Amino acid sequence: MAEMTKVAVDSLDTLEEKLTREMGYDDHFHEHHHGDKYQSNFLTTYIFSTDHKIIGRQFLITGIFWALMGAMMSLVFRLQLGFPEADLAWLKPVLGKWIQVNDAGIGKLDPEFYYALVTIHGTVLVFFVLTAGLSGTFSNLLIPLQIGARDMASPLLNAFSYWFFFLASVVMFLSLFLSTGPFSGGWTAYPPLSALPQASEGSGAGMTMWIVAMAFFIVSALLGGINYVTTVLNLRTKGMNLWRMPLTIWAFFITAIIGVLSFPVLLSGVLLLMFDRSMGTSFYLSEIVVGGQILDRIGGSPILYQHLFWFLGHPEVYIIILPAMGIVSEVLSVHARKPIFGYRAMVLSILAIAFLSFIVWAHHMFMAGVNPFISNFFVVFTLIIAVPSAVKVFNWISTVYGSNFRFNSASLFALGFVSLFISGGLTGIFLGNSAIDVQLHDTYFVVAHFHIVMGVAAFFGMFAGIYQWFPKMFGRFMNETLGKIHFWGTMIGAYAVFWPMHYTGMAGVPRRYYDGGASFDSFRHFTELNQFITVAAIIVFFLQVVFVVNFFYSIFNGRKMTTKNPWGANTLEWTTPINPGHGNWPGNIPAVQRWAYDYGKGGQEYVPQYVPLREGEHDHGH
Amino acid sequence: MTALLILLCIILVGIVLVQIARVVELTAQIKGEREVMRESSWWNAVLSLGFLVVFLAAVFISSYYYKNELLGYGPHSAASEHGGAIDSMFNVTLFFTGIVFVITHIALFWFAFKYRWREDRQASFISHDDRLEIIWTAVPAVVMTLLVVRGLDAWNTIMADVSENEDYIEIEATGQQFNWIIRYPGPDGKLGARDYRLTTATNQIGQDFRDRKNWDDVIVSQELYLPVNKKVRVRIIAKDVLHNFYLPQFRVKMDAVPGMPTYFVFTPIKTTAEYRNELRKYPEYHQPYDPTDPQGPKRWEKFEYELACAELCGKGHYSMKRIIRVVSQEEFDAWYKQQESYYMSQIRGKDEDPNKGKVLDIDPPASDANAPAKTETTSL
Repeated sequence: MAEMTKVAVDSLDTLEEKLTREMGYDDHFHEHHHGDKYQSNFLTTYIFSTDHKIIGRQFLITGIFWALMGAMMSLVFRLQLGFPEADLAWLKPVLGKWIQVNDAGIGKLDPEFYYALVTIHGTVLVFFVLTAGLSGTFSNLLIPLQIGARDMASPLLNAFSYWFFFLASVVMFLSLFLSTGPFSGGWTAYPPLSALPQASEGSGAGMTMWIVAMAFFIVSALLGGINYVTTVLNLRTKGMNLWRMPLTIWAFFITAIIGVLSFPVLLSGVLLLMFDRSMGTSFYLSEIVVGGQILDRIGGSPILYQHLFWFLGHPEVYIIILPAMGIVSEVLSVHARKPIFGYRAMVLSILAIAFLSFIVWAHHMFMAGVNPFISNFFVVFTLIIAVPSAVKVFNWISTVYGSNFRFNSASLFALGFVSLFISGGLTGIFLGNSAIDVQLHDTYFVVAHFHIVMGVAAFFGMFAGIYQWFPKMFGRFMNETLGKIHFWGTMIGAYAVFWPMHYTGMAGVPRRYYDGGASFDSFRHFTELNQFITVAAIIVFFLQVVFVVNFFYSIFNGRKMTTKNPWGANTLEWTTPINPGHGNWPGNIPAVQRWAYDYGKGGQEYVPQYVPLREGEHDHGH
Repeated sequence: MTALLILLCIILVGIVLVQIARVVELTAQIKGEREVMRESSWWNAVLSLGFLVVFLAAVFISSYYYKNELLGYGPHSAASEHGGAIDSMFNVTLFFTGIVFVITHIALFWFAFKYRWREDRQASFISHDDRLEIIWTAVPAVVMTLLVVRGLDAWNTIMADVSENEDYIEIEATGQQFNWIIRYPGPDGKLGARDYRLTTATNQIGQDFRDRKNWDDVIVSQELYLPVNKKVRVRIIAKDVLHNFYLPQFRVKMDAVPGMPTYFVFTPIKTTAEYRNELRKYPEYHQPYDPTDPQGPKRWEKFEYELACAELCGKGHYSMKRIIRVVSQEEFDAWYKQQESYYMSQIRGKDEDPNKGKVLDIDPPASDANAPAKTETTSL
């Protein structure tokens, strides 16, 4: 690619320098920041940095750590589900007392720890990996670079955002080593189970640490979110009006707004839970006899917690998926060499999804004992979400239509995202309809649905972003061959893991069963299917190890970036130097003259955003 | 040892992969970027198409293979009156989503294949088409409206509570870690009052025995029986943490919430015997029930309706099983008659009995002439 368009690139680079000099925004940056005296040593450059690009990488690497932890946890409980007879004594050196070795020398996973694994797997993947690792990474990296800002509105708060996340990670990690085990009541932490240490071992110190970790995490999410919103609203470069922002920025912006509005509600929810646990209040507790002990708690309602939890919990799934959607829109368009189809419809559908995300939360609670009449509203709003989602899917497919589609790791993962989002989104139409949910609620159908639509799909969005912007992060490329092996293996493997769960779900097998339903005649005829899923999960895990090896190997040994704009993309991050310092542009900030999607316009392969409109040329963002 | 060997193999495979990747990268440098892009474009386009074909084939073949697990087909059809509406709603949704699934997947991967990168191709500059946007906003909206209307119609019918003059039987299911306590109302047809503060080791659900409605209540410790074609209202209660009263074959599911009784109303329409007979038609139910005993009873012969917990309630969550038998009204009456009142059999006359020393009108006729003349008939 680079060779072919070498001449064009050179002239574009010259043009860019000229335009930025003449028309760019001069904030006298170069006069104040000779050598950036505040970043003189390793510690301040790479650890306690306030540079959004470093903070983005910190989020990413912490996210990768948690993704591996979460994946290894899932392997242990998948072994239990697929091969319940297998001897797990070999895990004893790692899991210690949670593997009970019987007289015959056969090691079995403790049910308490099975539930702890399921719980922590859910918590860290939803919050630490797919929120912090995805939104945290790319919002930090891309917002200033793509809107033309030197850094976030408050670089210091931004650094705090990471360090609160780090603190949350430390607390959550340490909770794994408690003698009573980490929290084991499910990632939703429904009381009274989560409120009563008598009800479950994990609800003791494990739950306390879970709450502390979540509180730190919420602080991190809020500091980050406020910063993203402020930065997008105030620090856009000259000419970058809202309708010229790339869809990545739209997605991060709206995601941040959703997060800022909904995370405080979760914080209030877990704080009330904390009061119930340690101060004798009864927000969520009423008429409880546990372990033969009659509790003096009356008047609370566990349903209240569910409302507070899902008021964040549902927007949370959009906090996870919207950034992935933004990344996919951008990556697809760049590699299709074609504008994203229906830019305005894409923006409006993000707004519609964001609005609706706040009025559908109780669809998680159809069977929770809420008034069935209330469910009517939530069914209506839930199924309406299918409309903007469908619009997005059709627009992505239309973007590929008539394109000149470059296959590489980034674009393949974007393509895979669309497939997964379709597959997982459609099963949401079953679950969102309360009548069908009577049967499918809390079965493996739900597990299949959310793993495909927000688990694997969001991961695919994240991978697309990593392969796409790795050169911007590290000045090198990831290995393409390993990337493609990673993609095709994961694409097939992820479907092999989660597709069969639809069948067990339809048969009614409940989720969160330690024995996979073996004690029920109705549920136990899936032995082979469960083995198949487990084997597929192990294979998929090792494919992710390939990714991690590729990632860290490429940081130091990857092919070096030789041109500023290797993908031939229009957005501003590719106008920064190959290894941009703090402040991103050495001189003026380029001014934006057009929308981000002029690919293939007027016979030119791409027209970057800093190129002025020709006379009479129409700017398509408007 | 095996673990070590497996680990070694994995490390070897990893090394091989990395070496292949490096070799490919080196050859790429020799071949030149264009040649590599040409090849990669071709191969990945073919893989896209191949994935499409294999994926759709796998979906159809596995759906056919597991067709008997789909709701409303074959052995997995509802055994309750309202269940049919859920099954048909499921299938209507499956129909529409199935069409969308196939069409969008074919479009996505076919376009990726057809419009794969070529040096001489110029992507068309198509930025938007408002007419198309309107069409693909409107069509899903119409389909969703259809699904919502049908779904809510079914939902409001299913969730309707019993009306006053209806003929139904009310039972009570109390979830606790980790089993269900099932209470029947006894001959008076009414469940007695309870107060959680009265809970003791013998009075597990805190029945208030001053309430005469409790005197004949039955607590069933074995299989619970239900008469076929009779409406059942299950009052669902949790003692400690959340549980969920889940009857898969009857399409019944409702959380049990401490401090807030919930309910589910359903009518069983197939007796256990009838359901077994239906299962008999399917070969998979002719396999032995116990795989270690090939000569033993077949799966269909041993079929039972099961009650499970579907809300995580602690480490024994997976084991909260009870068996339900649906029988004819006559069989039910016969069974019901045999059940002893929990109060009369376990509490009456013991220290815990608030009516100790008083004669109640349900006491067996006293042979003792000194019994007080006036019978106690207090009720709360």
